[in-house]
Amino acid sequence: MQRLTCKVKAMIPTLRIWIADKLPAWIFLAGMLSAWQFIVAQQWVASYLLPSPVQIFKTTLNMWPDIFAATLSTAQSILWGLGLSVIIGMASALIFFSIPIARRAILPFCIFFQTVPIIAIAPLLVIWFGYGQPTVNASAFIVSLFPILANTLTGLQETDPQLKELFRLYKPSRWQLIFKLQIPSAVPYIITGIKISAGLAVVGAIVGEFIAGGGLGSLIDAARTQQRVDLVFSGVLMSSALALALVYTINLITGLLFRHRPYLRRQ
Amino acid sequence: MPSIEVQQLEKSFPSSAQALFAGLSFALDSNECLCLLGPSGCGKTTLLRLLMGLEKPSRGTIRVDPAVAMKMSYVFQEPRLVPWRTCLENVLLPLELTAKINNAARDRAVELLQKIGLSNRLEHFPNQLSGGMQMRVALARALITQPKIILLDEPFAALDERTRFHMQDLLLELKARLQLQYVFVTHSIAEAVYISDRILLLDNAGACRDVRSLPFRSRNQSIKLTPEFNAVVREYSSLFSDMEESFAASNL
Repeated sequence: MQRLTCKVKAMIPTLRIWIADKLPAWIFLAGMLSAWQFIVAQQWVASYLLPSPVQIFKTTLNMWPDIFAATLSTAQSILWGLGLSVIIGMASALIFFSIPIARRAILPFCIFFQTVPIIAIAPLLVIWFGYGQPTVNASAFIVSLFPILANTLTGLQETDPQLKELFRLYKPSRWQLIFKLQIPSAVPYIITGIKISAGLAVVGAIVGEFIAGGGLGSLIDAARTQQRVDLVFSGVLMSSALALALVYTINLITGLLFRHRPYLRRQ
Repeated sequence: MPSIEVQQLEKSFPSSAQALFAGLSFALDSNECLCLLGPSGCGKTTLLRLLMGLEKPSRGTIRVDPAVAMKMSYVFQEPRLVPWRTCLENVLLPLELTAKINNAARDRAVELLQKIGLSNRLEHFPNQLSGGMQMRVALARALITQPKIILLDEPFAALDERTRFHMQDLLLELKARLQLQYVFVTHSIAEAVYISDRILLLDNAGACRDVRSLPFRSRNQSIKLTPEFNAVVREYSSLFSDMEESFAASNL
């Protein structure tokens, strides 16, 4: 019992910091939702244009099986797209880093490709992959590829020159230098790239679904044509929840993988 | 045959008009330990880097005995520990890169860390250690390869006095036990006199005085309290002041 009391007492400072850090955001959110509810209840804005938070919550509950199935489908596409981006982005960065001529030849086109809006490419993807999940996966992949590639490449290029000099004392092979120094020192950059790409993969998947059908994108689009603004909001909220869940999962995995590796604090 | 032979050495940098060393020549015998002593900017670190092959001389030659060249080790001015590796992993790094890692090597690394007083920090990361502890790990990393000659760039500057004395004695012990040679950069005349056989006094003008260190055969910290030791320190101190004065006069 005494032990438990000690543990609870030890947690109090952490709890205080957490409250000081998070409470303002929660208070702001509660204030915003209350004001929103009040404005709609007073009919200052028509509810078919802006449904109240309570209405959105009710719709989400009522339509939960459909919304959940759509969320699951979008999540699957995001994971496919992001997974491919991580593998291909890191591998390409490694190739560009190891073979400078490949970097000079191909990287400018990657940057150019990145500037083309996904909404312009999506119809092409439908032509190539047809309607359905392959197009959505491809859309999520295209949008999320570049941040991982660019961040990994930057991380590899920005290895501490002092550590490089230290390694050179022991005459390492090129692969030893890459795997024992350059990749580990790029890890914080890679993780940041994956987090940026995670958010973009959600955007890519939803845009892909607008064109190719399925998932939350299709649900939002259908709700729009039916003037169901409450359902549009439900879809938007679920996509935000997906992005947040993804970032938290990445944090959790990297935290577990590198929990004793202090260099991650450089992020 | 000398371990290291330097002839007519000069090193210039694009950022500086004046070349360093002005034709420095010296030879280090196979049983000698040398200290480089001089004011900041006189080129002590550059000379050490030239000896290690990290820089190329602008003029002159540096010849290292091939048997020694294969077994040279270097301790930088800063610890340069790999932040994602533990103390033990950092010490083992040179062996990992030369594929000489085995259980015996691991035991040797643990023994070295014990010797430098870090046996309870094997699994700690560099950011969990003080600056002095990090420097000691860097020294252990340089020693793990069992070098014949080790080049040390002010390795004890960040250590507290007691640890510094301990590390000085450790170097002397390794010198006696393993015939380890070292070239040591320091700002402390007393430290130079205590741990070296020879001292190379350098100044900012590139002038150099090559002097013998202590005549004492056996050394321990107590000799620092003897009048003989203090006399040698005073002598080199005034020699050093003379060099600086003549440099200042030539600049006027």
